[in-house]
Amino acid sequence: MQQKTAKDVILTAVWGDNPVFRQILGICSALAVTNLVLNTVVMGAAVMFTTALSGLTVSALRKWTPRVIRMMVEVLIIAFYVILFDQALKAYWPDMSRNLGPYVGLIITNCIIMGRTEAFANANPPMLSFVDGFFSGLGYSLVLISVAFFRELLGMGSLLGIPVPFFSSMLWDRWIIMVMPPGAFFTLAVIVWLARTIQFRKEEKKEGAKR
Amino acid sequence: MSSGNHLLHLMVVLFAAIFTENILLARFLGMCSFLSVSRQVKTAAGLGLAVAFVMTCTIALDWLAYRYILQPFAIEYFRFILFIIIIAAFVQFVEMVIERYSPVLYHNLGIFLPLITVNCAILGVSLFMVIRDYNLAESVVFGFGSGTGWMLAIIAMAGIREKLKNERIPKGLQGPGITLIIAGLMALAFIGFTGILSTR
Repeated sequence: MQQKTAKDVILTAVWGDNPVFRQILGICSALAVTNLVLNTVVMGAAVMFTTALSGLTVSALRKWTPRVIRMMVEVLIIAFYVILFDQALKAYWPDMSRNLGPYVGLIITNCIIMGRTEAFANANPPMLSFVDGFFSGLGYSLVLISVAFFRELLGMGSLLGIPVPFFSSMLWDRWIIMVMPPGAFFTLAVIVWLARTIQFRKEEKKEGAKR
Repeated sequence: MSSGNHLLHLMVVLFAAIFTENILLARFLGMCSFLSVSRQVKTAAGLGLAVAFVMTCTIALDWLAYRYILQPFAIEYFRFILFIIIIAAFVQFVEMVIERYSPVLYHNLGIFLPLITVNCAILGVSLFMVIRDYNLAESVVFGFGSGTGWMLAIIAMAGIREKLKNERIPKGLQGPGITLIIAGLMALAFIGFTGILSTR
């Protein structure tokens, strides 16, 4: 296998292999906090922090980790970083910690992080694994932030808590449904639909060019 | 609190966990297996049953561990690791017992057990239990209700998807896309139950 460059890794992580579009993985721990953009940004930061650093650690330890217990070791490493983030959040930003509730802890069972450490960090050098983890987390966060963008804008007429001119005025009838759980499902469905359609178009074009 | 009131309170916790606060449709937990294992009613029912059972048992174990191990030593922040280990160990244990004593059950249920360790709903209910400060009885009722609610949702979804199999759906929407939309509609229906609790 040839060594991948950092740029390839970044591109596949954010678009080509984007965990949410391609596999709909790991949305459990984060869809719930997409009702406000700010919550989602913090949650995204938590995921990026965990994927990047656990990728780095797993990769650095890969030569000393026995194969049979590697899953257990990976879980412990991931849990370690999640606890760090959770404790820091509780200490410095208690309001946000309360908003996110149990969802920060649930990052441990987020399939994306486990998937990246299994698929990538186990076979690649530490720095590259760090980059891969960071941008996988970023690609994932971008999707969730776009979900949060529409939910907050259409449902509350604001972004990051700041009222947006037209949407916060009397002219806009707020879509309360967007703030409630169904809104998250509908928004994500539309975004996945768009992304997949674009990807299919591209693939068809590529095949057409080959002929 | 009189015992009648106490029972009523438990009923409310149970009802809320199954319907108004459905762990899947209102809290988005356990989505991964919900999206991927909801093609057939039969497999969905098997997974749902396994989740409900494991959830009820592990929440009790987690409560005991939290109350008698973590709290006395003031190391509550270790709960993530401890809960994960308890869940993984319990699932492994159940798998061994079933394999040993009931090959039929193992055949039907056993294949789902490894999937459960990584189901975020299981860890999720235990974390909710800590945040809401439930006592042991409330926790077990909450775990049982959440598991039942999850099972209900995945079976309903599998039923709908079986009917959808022969329909024509835009290519980009096939698979996860349409499943998410159906989940949204189901969530909408479950919100309708909210009124029952608030008018009590």
